[in-house]
Formats: sequence, structure tokens, C-alpha cells
Amino acid sequence: MAMESITGRSASRSKTLTPLVWAQRNLFSSIGNTMLTLASAYLLWLTIPPVLDFTIFSAVWTGTTREACLAPGAGMCWPFIWANIDQFIYGRYPPEEIWRVNLTFALGIAVIVPMLIPGLPARRLNLVLLLIVYPLVAIVLLAGDRPGLPPVPTSEWGGLLVTLVVAITGIVASLPLGVLLALGRRSEMPAIRMFCIIFIEFWRGVPLITVLFMASVMLPLFLPEGMNPDNLLRCLVGVALFSSAYMAEVVRGGLQAIPAGQYEAARALGLTYWQAMGQVVLPQALRHVIPGIVNTFIGLFKDTTLVLIVGIFDLLGQMRAQLADPNWTIPQGALTGYIFAALVFWVFCFGMSQYSNFMERRLDTTRER
Amino acid sequence: MSDGNGKRLKVSDKVMIEMKGVNKWFGDFHVLKDVDLTVHEGERIVIAGPSGSGKSTLIRCINHLEPHDEGSIVIDGIELTEDLKRIDEVRREVGMVFQQFNLFPHMTVLENCTLAPLWVRKMPEKQARELAMKFLERVRIPEQASKYPGQLSGGQQQRVAIARALCMNPKVMLFDEPTSALDPEMIKEVLDVMVELAQEGMTMLCVTHEMGFAREVANRVVFMDDGRIVEQAPPEEFFSAPKNARTKEFLAQILAH
Ligand SMILES: Nc1ncnc2c1ncn2[C@@H]1O[C@H](COP(=O)(O)OP(=O)(O)OP(=O)(O)O)[C@@H](O)[C@H]1O
Ligand SMILES: [Mg+2]
Repeated sequence: MAMESITGRSASRSKTLTPLVWAQRNLFSSIGNTMLTLASAYLLWLTIPPVLDFTIFSAVWTGTTREACLAPGAGMCWPFIWANIDQFIYGRYPPEEIWRVNLTFALGIAVIVPMLIPGLPARRLNLVLLLIVYPLVAIVLLAGDRPGLPPVPTSEWGGLLVTLVVAITGIVASLPLGVLLALGRRSEMPAIRMFCIIFIEFWRGVPLITVLFMASVMLPLFLPEGMNPDNLLRCLVGVALFSSAYMAEVVRGGLQAIPAGQYEAARALGLTYWQAMGQVVLPQALRHVIPGIVNTFIGLFKDTTLVLIVGIFDLLGQMRAQLADPNWTIPQGALTGYIFAALVFWVFCFGMSQYSNFMERRLDTTRER
Repeated sequence: MSDGNGKRLKVSDKVMIEMKGVNKWFGDFHVLKDVDLTVHEGERIVIAGPSGSGKSTLIRCINHLEPHDEGSIVIDGIELTEDLKRIDEVRREVGMVFQQFNLFPHMTVLENCTLAPLWVRKMPEKQARELAMKFLERVRIPEQASKYPGQLSGGQQQRVAIARALCMNPKVMLFDEPTSALDPEMIKEVLDVMVELAQEGMTMLCVTHEMGFAREVANRVVFMDDGRIVEQAPPEEFFSAPKNARTKEFLAQILAH
């Protein structure tokens, strides 16, 4: 099959073959395959050269103003990116306070990276730092309103900062909430089960845009006068609840794959419900659904762009805002901006996906079955 | 198997398990019917009966994996009610071995054995590990301690499951067809361990079709049919002079093999 040429499997198998034999076997083994191969080659010929030309060969790498990018046939306009990089990362965060965002990023890396490396000691301390201490520190640093830290309202946050705040909050909140909801949905207590089913089905049934819109526009109408939680905070809660419903169903799939005997054996040994779940059932169930969990994370990461609908400027929103800047009206502006945003999103999502593959392989070698 | 000296073991007067008028339903299906059963400390009971007669359900009621609907079950002086504290208390004293082993595949053999001592008995880690090794030696697989269950044969897995249960120092051991999922050549290694356990005076309830084991080790065979205990007798009597018609039929089938 022509398609096989892009999978790693046939590439490794072909090591012993000469290129000619390989091509004959994989690309031209029948009339149908030959036609598919030629059609694919033609499509690639049509698309790849212009893309490479725009992003690399004709790209403008240096310069400080739009004039640099106005030459006829000029490609990707990096000066536009460099000139607006602060907006892309921090939004309208006051420039003299940007160190606070950087510090928050650095602290975030310092608590997340050790969590991702398997086999490090002090897991529990790390988890407490990540789930409890870090969020509090981050709120104080970013929002301020403390001695030495002037307040920065969330309406001035933007760019990658907002993307990461929304995505990480959603990710960190959705896993534990999703696990609880999944357990609740399988509970023997009818009230709890009913509650979880209704909760999950409600949030899965509405589009995220609706959730964000309700959180931002409708909720204040229902809340008592004077109680007006921050717009970003409302969206964060909306995103967290929304993604926890999806996560619950992923986790439930994992729970269903674990034979009842596992839970029974744990209970027969005297373990409590929570011990049996925490030590025996969940570690196995979550392991089964790592791809599904990461898939939900990636979906959530990309869905953060929807906060634009309620006037919050994430990376993509900020990019669009900068495009409207008259100093940067250039023909290839939109293309440049979208390619750059896509690149940033891709780096994060690809990173998550690679990490998930790594974890799967690692856990697989220890499971031995 | 051993020389049958299991039968000469003393049985104390102390009542370990007392079931009185136990009834249980699965929906409309009456699975246990007026079951009365008294087990003394040190007794070895073999429970036999046709498939679906309620043997598993009976022993699963003893550690409340299945709740009973009527009657009373008292284990070592603790009555099983819906009170979660008492259920946990009973489960700490009652070990169980399953047909499908039910080892935890994500943990090593040693971790399987130390899990309950660590979390339920709150034992220090070093002590739990020593205890686990002691029992792994008793079931003759200390060298497998750091392997995962999936790397062991069925017979080895079942012996680990026995060691895992023993690590809680139970007063009663329940076995639900412990050898039914094993290849014939592995049955003996598991039965040998069970015979030793019986010789040490462990109170045991064992659902099994291994009539040789029943003859040598049990001091009572309990025969169930259709949710009832229809006959119970010492093995000599049970095998040579069964009284109930269903028992005779069952024995004829089993011994024909
Ligand atoms: N959870 C359940 N829900 C409904 N019916 C059940 C359940 N568990 C068992 N039963 C039914 O109860 C009856 C007795 O089951 P049990 O497992 O106790 O029989 P058993 O004597 O152990 O049989 P076997 O020799 O096949 O293991 C069977 O007819 C079975 O179908
Ligand atoms: Mg059974």
C-alpha cells in the first residue's frame, strides 16, 4: 500500500531491502497501488513546495518594522512576531510587572517537571506543592493586590499566560474531579450515582461555548447583587467542570476494564473502599486509559481558545488583536500569525502526546503480561 | 499429599463461625435457604455440591463480600451486620483465596503480600516485608518475591495468593475452588500448601471438587444442593455411606471421573 510509506513499521522492515526493491514492494505492487502512489506524489508536489517556500525560503527573519516584510513574494513575517512577542505571551499585563509572570512560569516548571519524571522521591510532597501550594502562590503573584505587588486585574491578562492558566487549571482539576465522578457513577448508593449521572450527562450535553457564555454573561444575572466573581475565574470553573465530565467517562472506561475480583480481593484483605480504589483499582484503571486521558487534556488545551468568545484574550485571541494593529498591516500578516499560533499549540500538544507514549511504554515494561 | 494425619488434629470447643437461619436472595432468586452452619476453631470443612448450589455465595457471606438478607452470622464473637466497622474487623480476621487468584498485577509478589499489613495493620514497612518473606518461604516461592504475578505460573500465583492472605494472620481461611483454574500438574503444589496449613491448626472452609483432599484433610464435608445444606458428615461417612439421594447422585458423578 502507498500509505505504508509513511508508517514507521515498514521503514524498519525495509532496512534490509535496496530502495528499488522497497519501492517496488511498497509503492508499485499493483496497478491500484501505483495509481495511489502517483496521486499522493502529485498532491505532495502541489502542497509541500509552497509551504516550505512561505515558512522557510522566502520567510523574513529579521527587521523591526512592517517595511521589512513588504517586499514582493515575502513569506512568513517573523518581525511581526518578534515585535509583538510580549503581547503574545503576557497580553496586556503591565510591562514593569512581567517578572511576576515569568516567576510564576519558572515556579510552575519547577513543580511540574519533577512530577513528570518517574521514580523521583518525595512524590507526596511534590503533589502537595503542585496541587495546593503552587496554585495559591500563582494567584498571589499574578493577581497581586498584596504589599509590593500592585493588583493586575485579569482583564489585563492575555496571550499564552491565559492559555496556560485555563489549560492547566482545567487539566489539574479535571483528573481528580473526573475520578470522583466516575467512582460515583459506579457507586452502590443510588443518590450519589444519580447525582453523578446527571452531572456528567449535563456537562457532556452542552457545547463548551455555551458553558463559557453562560458563565460569563448569564451567571451574573442569577447571582445576588454585589456578588460578581471575576470573569476569568467563572470561565475557569466552567472549563474545569466541563472537562471533568469528559474525564469521568474516560476513567469509567478504565474502571470497567478491571475485573471485580481485584476489588473483592482488596476488600477481603481488609482494605477500606478508598484504600482498595486508591491502591488496587485506580492505578490499574488509569494505566489502561492513559491515551484517553491525554487525549482529553489535548482537546482541552486547544479548546481554551474558545475563551475569546467571552472577551478573554488567549494566545490566539491576542494574535488576532495584534493583527488589527495599523503598524503591522501586511498582506501575509494573518497567515504568519496563524502559523505561529499553530506552531505554539502544536509544541505543547505534541509534547503531551510524546509524554503519554513514554509513560505507556514505561508502565508496560513493568506490568509484564 | 500427606499421610492423612490431618484428621487426628484436635478441634477446640471454641466456636469460630456460627451461621443461623441464613437466607439470601439475588433479586427473586433464593440462593441460600435457611443455612445453619457451626464451625469450631481448628476445623477443616470441605463444601461440595453441584454448580450453582450456592457454595461460593455461602463462603462469600462469611466475609460479607455478599451481604445476607436474613439470619445471623457470627465470626469469632463478632456479628456481621451492615455496620462497616464490624465488617472490616471480620475481614481482618478472615483470609480468602479465590479461584482466579486475583493477585494485583501492577504490584510485585512482595508488594501484593505487604499491601494489607501496611495499610490495614499499619505495620512498619520493614516488618511487613519480613512477614511477607516468611510466608513466601512457607509457600516455597521466596525467590519470586520481586517478580510480577503475570510472570508466574498458575500454581505459583495461587501460592502467592495464599501467602498474601496469611500475612494478615487470619483466624479463618476461606478457599473458593482454589485449584479449579489450575493445570493438573500444578494442583498438587497448591494442595500441599493447604494440607500443611491444616496441619498447623488453621480453621479452614474450602469449596473444592478435590475429593482426595477432602478425604485426607477435612474433618467434615458439607454437601449443598439448591441453596440448602442437605448433608454434613465426616469424610469417611460422607463418602462411604451418603444418606441423601442428591449426595449419592453427586458422588456417583464425581467419582466416575
Ligand atoms: N451476583 C449475582 N447476581 C445474581 N445471581 C447470582 C449472583 N452470583 C451468583 N448468582 C447465582 O446464584 C447461584 C449460586 O451461585 P454460586 O456462585 O454460589 O454457586 P456455586 O455453588 O459456587 O457454583 P459453582 O460450582 O459453579 O461455582 C447461581 O445460580 C448463580 O447464577
Ligand atoms: Mg463457585
